[in-house]
Amino acid sequence: MSGTTETGPLLKTPLNALHRELGGKMVPFAGYDMPVQFPDGILREHNHTRTAAGLFDVSHMGQAHLYGAGADVALERLVPGNLTGLAPGRIRYTVFTNEQGGILDDLTVGRADGYLLIVVNAACKDADYAHMKKHLGADFRLDILADRALLALQGPLAAKVIAKFAPAAAAMVFMSFASMKVAGFDCVVARSGYTGEDGYEISVHSRDAEKLARLLLAEPEVKPIGLGARDSLRLEAGLCLYGHDLDTTTTPAEGDLGWTIAKRRREEASFPGAKVIVKQLAEGPKRIRVGILPSGRAPAREGTEIVDTKGNKIGVITSGGFGPTVNGPVAMGYVARDFAKHETEVGLVVRGTTLPAKVAPMPFVPHHYFKG
Amino acid sequence: MGTRYFTKDHEWIEVDGDNGTVGVTNYAQEQLGDVVFVDLPAKGKKLTQKGEAAVVESVKAASEVYAPVSGEVIESNAALAANPALVNASAEKDGWFMKLKLTNKDELKGLMDKAAYDKLVASQH
Repeated sequence: MSGTTETGPLLKTPLNALHRELGGKMVPFAGYDMPVQFPDGILREHNHTRTAAGLFDVSHMGQAHLYGAGADVALERLVPGNLTGLAPGRIRYTVFTNEQGGILDDLTVGRADGYLLIVVNAACKDADYAHMKKHLGADFRLDILADRALLALQGPLAAKVIAKFAPAAAAMVFMSFASMKVAGFDCVVARSGYTGEDGYEISVHSRDAEKLARLLLAEPEVKPIGLGARDSLRLEAGLCLYGHDLDTTTTPAEGDLGWTIAKRRREEASFPGAKVIVKQLAEGPKRIRVGILPSGRAPAREGTEIVDTKGNKIGVITSGGFGPTVNGPVAMGYVARDFAKHETEVGLVVRGTTLPAKVAPMPFVPHHYFKG
Repeated sequence: MGTRYFTKDHEWIEVDGDNGTVGVTNYAQEQLGDVVFVDLPAKGKKLTQKGEAAVVESVKAASEVYAPVSGEVIESNAALAANPALVNASAEKDGWFMKLKLTNKDELKGLMDKAAYDKLVASQH
């Protein structure tokens, strides 16, 4: 759990005082003062999210609206995702790429009436905004929603809880969004998240955020969840954390994100780094992101060297830790293509000792998205 | 019952004759959070004071545990392999890490007693 280099005072989300009141253990993350855990601890918070509903503050993430006729066509110049094919009210996951095919950030794009709704990572948001302004030109206007908080309500009981405050939300399908009142507050509600569970992300005005959070937390199914459990949940779900599993040195093909690049986009090859990425998608990249299951109990953390059965280095772990739902260590990392097949036996060099592990399919815990 | 000493790095050692039992303090386990794995030294390993003795893994991170004094490992706590959460449940008793045969008992003079350690912890709150 490390953010960017911290310089200057930490920023605070609209829920900062509430986190402290709830006993949150605060840490610097991506320039923000954020709760890594609450008194329940990461293990209980993780398990609560998998069995009931957890409330996460993700207000540090960047929310923006992109206005202008043909904004979808224009934004396709910066991402390999199929945005012109995005239906109204739907959201898609994509990445900003650079000319070398590396990933500048991952993001979601939703099509609203008259604009695109963009959500980016906290650590990258200023660079992302500058990148869009620079390359999209004066025909498009980027409105940065600095006055909005973002709450994620995740878990199998999230739909039951939100239905009490916004009945229309219950029928939404995964990766869709709509404007609606939640407990009387004007919100934009998306059926999405980053835990592998069913759930919602609720964009709410900063002035209403604490009131809404308190209402949700007053429900018996809901507990506050910190960044620690957010990380173990997304890792078990096989989801990438930018700056760790993806960065400017990894391409979408290497990151096993080929599913985000539609046939038309490959054929047009009209996004930054397309030449490199399309070739890798066609021929297979030299290295690829895979799931890794250590055979023993010792977690293998980020940076752990992956070796073949003869001890030759074949890759590196980019996210690793203990998976509470798996009840054992889980990891993901990059390996040379020849070793990417499931069940391939590999070694993990942990504190000088090579521990046995296997390449494994992800997610480690099945996704429970609501598809209608 | 032996005599119990503490380090500023939040380890404890209970010394009885030439041998000592080592663990982490209750304050340390609170700071670590849920312990999911403990990497313990093998029997016969020679530890030097303030050198790495064990690694304790919580859900969020790996943390080193240092030897309070120099010595040779005579036993590691096998119960921690099956149940690492013992460190959280009973840090200063059943969740002990290892037993050492001390090689330099003079090193104990530099450690704290319980009153001094409690004062240190109080100052860190």
